[in-house]
Amino acid sequence: MSYRNYILVCGGTACESSKATEIYEALVNEIKHQNLTEEVQVIKTGCFGFCEQGPIVKILPEDSFYVQVTPADAKELVEEHIVKGREVKRLLYNKDKSKKHAKVEDIEFYQKQFRIVLRNCGFIDPENIDEYIAREGYAALEKVLFEMTPDQVIDELRTAGLRGRGGAGFPTWMKWNFTKQANGECKYVVCNADEGDPGAYMDRSTLEGDPHSVLEAMTIAGRTVGANQGFIYIRAEYPLAIHRLEIAMAQAREYGLLGKNILNSGFDFDIEIRLGAGAFVCGEETALLASIEGKRGMPVPRPPFPAVKGLWGMPTVINNVETWANIPVIMLKGGDWFSQIGTADSHGTKVFALTGKIRNSGLVEVPMGTTLREIIYDIGGGIANDRKFKAVQTGGPSGGVITADYLDTPIDFASLTKLGSMMGSGGMIVMDEDDCIVDVAKFYLNFSVEESCGKCSPCRIGGRTLANLLEKITKGNGELKDIEQMKEIGSAMKKASLCALGQTAPNPILSTLNYFEDEYMAHIVDKKCPAGKCKSLITYNILEDKCIGCTACARKCPVGAISGERRSVHVIDQAACIKCGACFDTCKFGAIEVR
Amino acid sequence: MNTVHMKINGKPVEIEAGSNILAAAKKANVNIPTLCYHPDLPAWAACGLCVVKQENSPKLLRACAAPVQENLSIITHDAELYQIRKTVIEMILSTHPNDCLMCARNGTCELQRFAAEFGVREQPYEVRLVDLPKDTSTTSIVLDPSKCIKCGRCVQVCQDMQGVFALEFIGRGDHTVVSPAADLPLNDSPCIKCGQCSAHCPVGAIYEKDEIGDFVRAVSNPELHVVTQIAPAVRVALGESFNLPAGTITTGKIYSALRRLGVAKVFDTNFSADLTIMEEGSELVKRLTTGKGAIPQITSCCPAWTDYMEKYYPDMIPNFSTAKSPMMMQGAITKTYYAEKANVDPATIYSVAIMPCTAKKYEIGRDDNMHASGFKDVDLVLTTREFARLIKASGIDFLTLEDEKADSPIGEYAGAGTIFGNTGGVMEAALRTAYNLMTGEDLKNVEIDAVRGMEGVRTGEVDIKGTTLKVAVAHGMANVSTLLEEVREAKANGDEPPYHFIEVMACRGGCVSGGGQPYATTDEVRAQRIAGLYTDDEQSEVRCSHQNPEIKQIYADYLGAPLSEKSHHLLHTTYTERPLYKH
Ligand SMILES: Cc1cc2nc3c(=O)[nH]c(=O)nc-3n(C[C@H](O)[C@H](O)[C@H](O)COP(=O)(O)O)c2cc1C
Ligand code: SF4
Ligand code: SF4
Ligand code: SF4
Ligand code: SF4
Repeated sequence: MSYRNYILVCGGTACESSKATEIYEALVNEIKHQNLTEEVQVIKTGCFGFCEQGPIVKILPEDSFYVQVTPADAKELVEEHIVKGREVKRLLYNKDKSKKHAKVEDIEFYQKQFRIVLRNCGFIDPENIDEYIAREGYAALEKVLFEMTPDQVIDELRTAGLRGRGGAGFPTWMKWNFTKQANGECKYVVCNADEGDPGAYMDRSTLEGDPHSVLEAMTIAGRTVGANQGFIYIRAEYPLAIHRLEIAMAQAREYGLLGKNILNSGFDFDIEIRLGAGAFVCGEETALLASIEGKRGMPVPRPPFPAVKGLWGMPTVINNVETWANIPVIMLKGGDWFSQIGTADSHGTKVFALTGKIRNSGLVEVPMGTTLREIIYDIGGGIANDRKFKAVQTGGPSGGVITADYLDTPIDFASLTKLGSMMGSGGMIVMDEDDCIVDVAKFYLNFSVEESCGKCSPCRIGGRTLANLLEKITKGNGELKDIEQMKEIGSAMKKASLCALGQTAPNPILSTLNYFEDEYMAHIVDKKCPAGKCKSLITYNILEDKCIGCTACARKCPVGAISGERRSVHVIDQAACIKCGACFDTCKFGAIEVR
Repeated sequence: MNTVHMKINGKPVEIEAGSNILAAAKKANVNIPTLCYHPDLPAWAACGLCVVKQENSPKLLRACAAPVQENLSIITHDAELYQIRKTVIEMILSTHPNDCLMCARNGTCELQRFAAEFGVREQPYEVRLVDLPKDTSTTSIVLDPSKCIKCGRCVQVCQDMQGVFALEFIGRGDHTVVSPAADLPLNDSPCIKCGQCSAHCPVGAIYEKDEIGDFVRAVSNPELHVVTQIAPAVRVALGESFNLPAGTITTGKIYSALRRLGVAKVFDTNFSADLTIMEEGSELVKRLTTGKGAIPQITSCCPAWTDYMEKYYPDMIPNFSTAKSPMMMQGAITKTYYAEKANVDPATIYSVAIMPCTAKKYEIGRDDNMHASGFKDVDLVLTTREFARLIKASGIDFLTLEDEKADSPIGEYAGAGTIFGNTGGVMEAALRTAYNLMTGEDLKNVEIDAVRGMEGVRTGEVDIKGTTLKVAVAHGMANVSTLLEEVREAKANGDEPPYHFIEVMACRGGCVSGGGQPYATTDEVRAQRIAGLYTDDEQSEVRCSHQNPEIKQIYADYLGAPLSEKSHHLLHTTYTERPLYKH
């Protein structure tokens, strides 16, 4: 280390939007002001993952972990920590005030994590190639170029047992091998960075925090399968990731790590960025390739698979960002090392975006085989506000819910599918007792329906019919036959839709029907929403014995549905009430109940 | 042939590698339902009906898209597949108006057929219809988006087979609709009115503009003298609408049916096909021998093609033969030559053409040149499909009709005239006569194999006593670009033109599979219809246009010689550049 101290400021999108740039600038100014520029370096890194507590600032070598920092704290951090060597206690992460959790390794959020994909996120300045190189960056490429044959690369991937992280879990070595063996005038390598599931941001964070790992991996693939051109298809709503990729590509070209004659090996490989307009279905590989070709982003039947006939009809390797980020490490540490991590079915780690009713939301990377309980309770710190756990949705809109009974299931591709959900790309949304399961199914289904490309009839028609049935049920108009219809349509969609969007769109309904049929029945038969979420099925009532007649609720009600004299019990006119819940939130005396 | 062995419902089949499972099933005498697949097109895989099971695999395959593989074992029908298919059909019907009784496809609709076969008796699901108006902007076809099941055939046909891009999908998800490009009225889009979309649509969402009423009114109007002509391709396809095999020649019955429908005269477009050859052949010889006029000369008898050229290749206008299409020539001489001979007031003549083509409905109003007689040269075009309905609705028992002959003086034809209806036929007919014009002799063998066949683009050389004529044939509109780019390139480089004569027909196979022909046209059907026309040619006593006695007569009595002033006025036309999009 050539500096006395390093100050790492989280520069992921989440922290950026909560003023990380201002904090960074304030710290730089403060360091200048104290004449410490020679001794202390301030670095804007990628996401630390612990987004719940952002913006985050970490100071090395002490490994002090400061959370919820504001620009105004910069002066104190520099004066106290850097100049006087005293940690700023009030900003240190400290879960239960008694114990002092100051170091990263002490923070339970990180304890069960194992970082391969996110190895550099939060440690390096993603806009500086030297920092990537300093952490063994591009060493794998060098090894592949000068010490390995393409077959050896594929063997290494086979030994590693790496499976695609974009959802389907297809063995990566097989894909590469198909493309390597396929004939074509030219071949292509594509990075799928279209990530669009609600709540997911694993790929974005990886690109923001460690863009070179993807560039390096794509170049390795180019060398292995015989491609000289790569494309990164990334949605235009990810400006920071695009910016950092552009910087990284320029730097890599400058260092001779991208472009003509890479490291004097005679191998040429370059990468272009293609921006997606944000249609979820364009993440499906055949639709993505059509979109790169300038056509309407619609899936086409496979086979032929892109590996054999992809971009412009040429053999094309297409992998997900997270899949790519694993590859340099596998090449350096070896397939054997990688295959030791995880379960028999699934090797390595998986990054999840943990959100919902969880105490510590954020990005977590865990070895395959970690249980849901460990992720939710040990890493995630359990359910927020001490509510009761109800279910967790994995696999985003393609997945399903998993209930408390299955929390000890070790996570891998097969086990999640068996539970009626799936690994998907890594969204993990935790629900508590206040979440209505029908409403949750409706949310995911509506997402899929809005994102359907409209090509095939089962998805185009079935999706909307299902969505309307759920709407009908949450509106209190459900009938028993609706359940049968949902099952009938759902299974036809699963079997007869063209792409995985339509094939998996009914999963949220089918899995919630499976685990929570009684909750559906409550909506349909009793016309009640047990969680109190479905507005048409609840009423707000004022409890006579609790109302003191303060008039607060009557003043807040936007439609004037509450009447009553000051200091006497108020009443809600049920016909006028629009169930906005304003009165419930306003009453300080707990006099309003939801039924 | 590279074959693979597989099983369909346990029954072994051997099939050509690269085929799809639908074809394999067919070989095993099994039909798998599909609403979007059409053998003319690559699998679009949209409808979801053709799903089949692969033994030992939980995933279903789409039989239209999945290629056959060695040892593949497929189950095409079982209780689960039946249920899935029925649910999918019911879902489609839940977004469909289901007003079959008033639909252009009642009786020929593929969706109606499956609804019947699967015994759909109720509408279990929520009904959601598309509420969009019909597009009646063209004079050729009608689009009814409310009936569209989004099978994608028309879009594929228009974009990939025809290279026109007049139709596209707009909107996403359940808001997806098929619409003319840029959401314009179809007539303002690049549409060339070929009607291939209507011939491929499985349902009543695109159909020919029905003008049977005009015909019925005309024949019952005592003041009108109704004169008809039938195109070459109609005679080998109409029979299909009466359950005859494709390719059955029904010329005599058609003449007979027309008379029963009450028309005054029955003529034949084939006569004017011969006339076209006289004019176009002479034009070619003139271009070749005098060096005046652009080479290659390109045929102009297909109105969809002329429309395409005016929109997409206006720089090729000088290369176009100025000869009108046979139908328009026939119309012009009907109201002049025939009127004079028969002493009928041309103002009272109502001229009707029975055509395989929807673009012909557009052609009659193309521009002022289509009024060469001083009147509308052709008043009405009925497609083969309309004609079949008209015959049925008029109570004519087509199959038992006696064969009759066409009327004089513009009803007789040479074999050359009849092969105008298929790809390569115009070229072959023209070469038969050009040979005579250039050498003064007749070909010993009039069958010119070099220009026959079904490849989308065919090129060849024909020896005319020492002069080598380089010829090319293209059919299926999208195929023309290869040839025209070659011509353009040679022109740009100042090289010799790569060809002397090019024949183009917009529809695959030529007019035999025009947009107005009976439904369910496939390459097999095309081959049968084409074989029918070649048989008609073989059976003709006279094979060359210049030998047709009525042709000799019209030149002697009326026109003088090919390319005469009178010919120019009546039988030739001009072209203009047209914008792709009208605004
Ligand atoms: C509707 C839909 C959306 C998808 N979106 C993505 C995506 O955003 N990112 C991604 O990597 N894969 C996505 N996939 C999966 C891709 O089709 C493909 O399987 C993946 O890019 C392959 O990479 P992998 O083998 O590295 O997982 C999607 C699939 C479907 C059906
Ligand atoms: S399943 Fe849905 S998204 Fe996929 S092709 Fe069909 S309509 Fe499009
Ligand atoms: S398109 Fe077919 S199913 Fe629809 S109304 Fe017409 S005949 Fe009936
Ligand atoms: S008539 Fe021909 S050009 Fe017009 S939309 Fe149909 S297929 Fe396209
Ligand atoms: S108009 Fe006809 S051919 Fe075109 S998509 Fe609709 S149903 Fe298919």
